[in-house]
Amino acid sequence: MRYMNNEAVMKKMNSRKIVNLIFKGIFLFATILALMTLAVLFYRILSQGIGYLSWDFFNNFASRFPEKAGIKAALIGSIWLMAVVAPVSMFLGIGSAIYLEEYAKKNKINDFIRVNISNLAGVPSVVFGLLGLTIFVRALALGNSVLAAGFTMSLLILPVIIVASQEAIRAVPSEVRAASYGMGATKWQTITRVVLPSAIPGILTGSILALSRAIGETAPLVVIGVPVIIQFLPSGVFDTFTALPMQIYDWAKRPQADFQNVASAGIIVLMSVLLLMNSVAILIRNKFQKRY
Amino acid sequence: MKNWKYFMGTAMLGSALILGACGDEAAESAEGTDTTDTGSEEAVVEGSVVGDGSSTVAPILEALVEEYSAQSEVQVTVGVSGTGGGFEKFIAGTTDFSNASRPIKEEEAAKLEAAGIDFTEFLLAYDGLTVVVNSENDWASDLTVEDLKKIWVEDGTTKMWSDINPEWPEEEIVFYSPGSDSGTYDYFNEVILEDADMVSAATLSEDDNILVQGVQGDVNAIGFFGYAHYLANQDTISAVSIEGVEPNNETIESGEYSPLSRPLYTYASNAAIAENPAVYDFMKYVIENAGAMAEAVGYVSAPQEEYDADMEALEALK
Repeated sequence: MRYMNNEAVMKKMNSRKIVNLIFKGIFLFATILALMTLAVLFYRILSQGIGYLSWDFFNNFASRFPEKAGIKAALIGSIWLMAVVAPVSMFLGIGSAIYLEEYAKKNKINDFIRVNISNLAGVPSVVFGLLGLTIFVRALALGNSVLAAGFTMSLLILPVIIVASQEAIRAVPSEVRAASYGMGATKWQTITRVVLPSAIPGILTGSILALSRAIGETAPLVVIGVPVIIQFLPSGVFDTFTALPMQIYDWAKRPQADFQNVASAGIIVLMSVLLLMNSVAILIRNKFQKRY
Repeated sequence: MKNWKYFMGTAMLGSALILGACGDEAAESAEGTDTTDTGSEEAVVEGSVVGDGSSTVAPILEALVEEYSAQSEVQVTVGVSGTGGGFEKFIAGTTDFSNASRPIKEEEAAKLEAAGIDFTEFLLAYDGLTVVVNSENDWASDLTVEDLKKIWVEDGTTKMWSDINPEWPEEEIVFYSPGSDSGTYDYFNEVILEDADMVSAATLSEDDNILVQGVQGDVNAIGFFGYAHYLANQDTISAVSIEGVEPNNETIESGEYSPLSRPLYTYASNAAIAENPAVYDFMKYVIENAGAMAEAVGYVSAPQEEYDADMEALEALK
């Protein structure tokens, strides 16, 4: 008894192999193209900017002389911005995710909210900038302060944090929750002692990736009217400030080639901050990861 | 469970450390400026000055703020939202002064009047709006205003260099222009296009370096932008003379480079000058030093009489 027609299989074998090879080639090409672009970008930025990286670059304000130009105001400004964005967006984001996953009933209204949060994640950042300008800068009269920009950025990344946290919470098996309830635990006890400890790697990874996006965003800051020319540091959240991407954009637009090199040095600083944040996310994930 | 507590502990400790470090830094720098400034000035003016506006004017302001901050306690911030964007904020009353690479428009002045904001115009410097071509372009070295109109105004045809002068090559012209939000575009629109549409084939960019690269890369290209961008790239692109006058410091300052020699302004709120000593102090510094700083960053200073007139206007407002 034969289950296969060997002849027919052999006849199609070659063409199947060729198709396989073609697609392998296409996907390899796609990967290499992406990596090459990244490599060229890295090479260009590093070769242009490395010469400008020095202690002075971190310790000087912007200047009309490229060799004296520094990134101090922008770097410290970005750190201040993150000091507002991180607690605000994580508290609101993780809070909403817990509510939606653990407390909210499955009904039409809550489904509607869920769908809309996913949609919000796709809204262009300029729109959030306009929202921030209307509400925080003008209506609440916060001006172009760290607080106004921080709130705007928090709104921008909130949907991403909510969705990532929801995914992480949903990944906790319901048997574990059931066991906890079975032991007589309340909902809150179950959340803090069972759900969150095992969901925290996913939540934090999502949050830190969202924060990385916030640190690199320029458009909302431009709309809010964050200044570029500034020779002092903020001393509180109500002070005005400037941020890394704003400063880099300003340098890149300058006519003098030297300033474009300074911009590259700024990009190196921004990329280092991003890499640092992403590696923290990976470290946290590895340290707290638990499998059921 | 232990992990969770350990994590919360480190997170709290970490954030406390980070915030603490930020606080230290700010306090330290405040101390630093205190010590350097005592002694240099007797009556210290304090406060803050907020400006916004043209990206063309921004390099002059950056230089001025840099020098001013070294000798003053006043905190100056200047945004770069473009001439139109700057006026929008000026009208909303959030800024003390607004930089412009073109004179204020009637509708903007009307909105300011409606908002109850009286303002004064101060001339900072001159810029020569420079028309440039590729350095291998050996035919178009001098154009008239009529030629510029013929080249830049949309008339539904494909523009050839030979349309302008039959002796020139029969090649399609490639256009590069600043974006329509910029004061540079507005000024060109006013003096050359006269509100006619610009050729639709033009590549528009808010980043002047893109325009420079475009003109560098194509022998049939033509573009225009501020004099500073031409100065920084004069090895690789050529400036076109207009009606026989080439753009340089003398022709731009004297106005002989007409009609493309354009004034750069800042518009300050009269109320801010009168009520806020910091604004008065900064504007005074700006008028005294605008010419020198403009030259340092690639623009052309205005005649001294202009600055004297500015200063008189400022003193009258105090």
